[in-house]
Amino acid sequence: MNEALLRTLIPAVTGVLIRRGADFATAEDAVQEALIRALATWPKDPPADPKGWLTTVAWRKFVDTTRAENSRRAREARVEAEPPPGPTKDTADTLQLYFLCAHPSLTPASAVALTLRAVGGLTTRQIAEAYLVPEATMAQRISRAKRTVSDVHFDEHWQDGDLATVLRVLYLVFNEGYSGEVDLADEAIRLTRQVTSMTDDEEASGLLALMLLHHARRAARRTPDGALVPLAEQDRSRWDTELIAEGVATLQAALARDRLGEYQAQAAIAALHADAPKADETDWVQIVEWYDELDRLTDNPVVRLNRAVAVGEADGAQAGLAALEQVDPVVPRYTAVAAYLRERAGELALAARLYGDAARGATNLAERDHLTRQAARLHDVLRG
Amino acid sequence: MAKYLLLKHYRGGPAPLVDYDPMDRWAPTEIDAHMQYMRDFAARLEGTGEYVDGQALSPEGTFVRYGGDGRPPVTDGPFAETKDLIAGWMVIDVETYERALELAGELSAAPGPDGKPIYEWLELRPFLTAAPTVAE
Repeated sequence: MNEALLRTLIPAVTGVLIRRGADFATAEDAVQEALIRALATWPKDPPADPKGWLTTVAWRKFVDTTRAENSRRAREARVEAEPPPGPTKDTADTLQLYFLCAHPSLTPASAVALTLRAVGGLTTRQIAEAYLVPEATMAQRISRAKRTVSDVHFDEHWQDGDLATVLRVLYLVFNEGYSGEVDLADEAIRLTRQVTSMTDDEEASGLLALMLLHHARRAARRTPDGALVPLAEQDRSRWDTELIAEGVATLQAALARDRLGEYQAQAAIAALHADAPKADETDWVQIVEWYDELDRLTDNPVVRLNRAVAVGEADGAQAGLAALEQVDPVVPRYTAVAAYLRERAGELALAARLYGDAARGATNLAERDHLTRQAARLHDVLRG
Repeated sequence: MAKYLLLKHYRGGPAPLVDYDPMDRWAPTEIDAHMQYMRDFAARLEGTGEYVDGQALSPEGTFVRYGGDGRPPVTDGPFAETKDLIAGWMVIDVETYERALELAGELSAAPGPDGKPIYEWLELRPFLTAAPTVAE
């Protein structure tokens, strides 16, 4: 059994412990210890029943921990009344864990860390590595997050909007972080797939489609030395057609239910890009329409900024610049978009200066390097 | 989360608010209290899951550059008296810029002579992040 399969069992095992009376924080710690032991021993000695093995080891660990604590008698009474593993409630338990780990009382970073550990089954060390912080720091972040949700009753009824917070957390996992030993994009897709299968929700499907369609471009997104390749210049033969097909099918099924949400709209834009065999065959008119939908759904200034790019492609640079005037200049990447549209409008000197400004204001290295190269390219042209 | 560098300068920042003696003129107990404050601060950040790294630097540095093809590197210095002297740094990983400011303000309140805050200027610099996957 490989590590990825092992990790799929984690939330269900935690659910069993909680159903037997363990509190979330202690159960989660016990399962993490069982997981670490499994990672060490299974390669040589794989169990016949992996889930049973994990449950037994985690339960023993939980019992040891609670025995060591002061409230010995009360807890032992509960422990000795250990019920047999009843009919499977895995799905409900697993969903409960997702909601708990994305609870609105948590900060986004805490929710991400807790989700990756308690439902993703990653070790603290792997999570720490993905976010470039020391393991001790990540351990504290996780244990604080667990304390924050310790008062939340596990089988509290979910509210509308809970699923939205879970999806937001998964989106963050997909979109941010570094890839070390664990590939966070793969992990986000795996978890979103699980949520989609458990909830039958259009937006969960929309998010899954969005992830698949972006993941499909992964091989084309960077040069071998790691430089960013803009969408228009990507080698489209390197896009993963299987992922695109799955993403498009997932999206179509979601859209057919006629309950549009922001992830479906974003996925629709990604699908239109995926649909174009060459960059200049992109259906920008339809993309602008989807940005209009997205703007209605989210009222997000970043959407209006990206819409200005699309308008520039659909109706020309002047139209794009007019659309840009509706966007607040403090929105990140505003200057980069202004530079792009100015270049398309033929104002090369202004564009070169704006690219330089945008590079200095960039918040990530790949983008800064890309913008610096754009400025250098235009300065080169201007020198003749 | 975003990472920030808290850079501690001995010289080179804005004019100090409090004109205090260099540390080697402080009372030993004042030095101890200052160091303890720094350690407590770092420990507290570990506890909140916001600590990444902290290092102190020796004050003496050497400038080094390429010496040309086949030649050894050229050095200049060591300089004990440069215009800007960096004493050390701390790296934090926090939820917001406001939180980074708050922590820098706290660290700047480390005690000096007579146990009073030295109000030292700290330089706060954001790290560049990884590029997000979804861009359009």
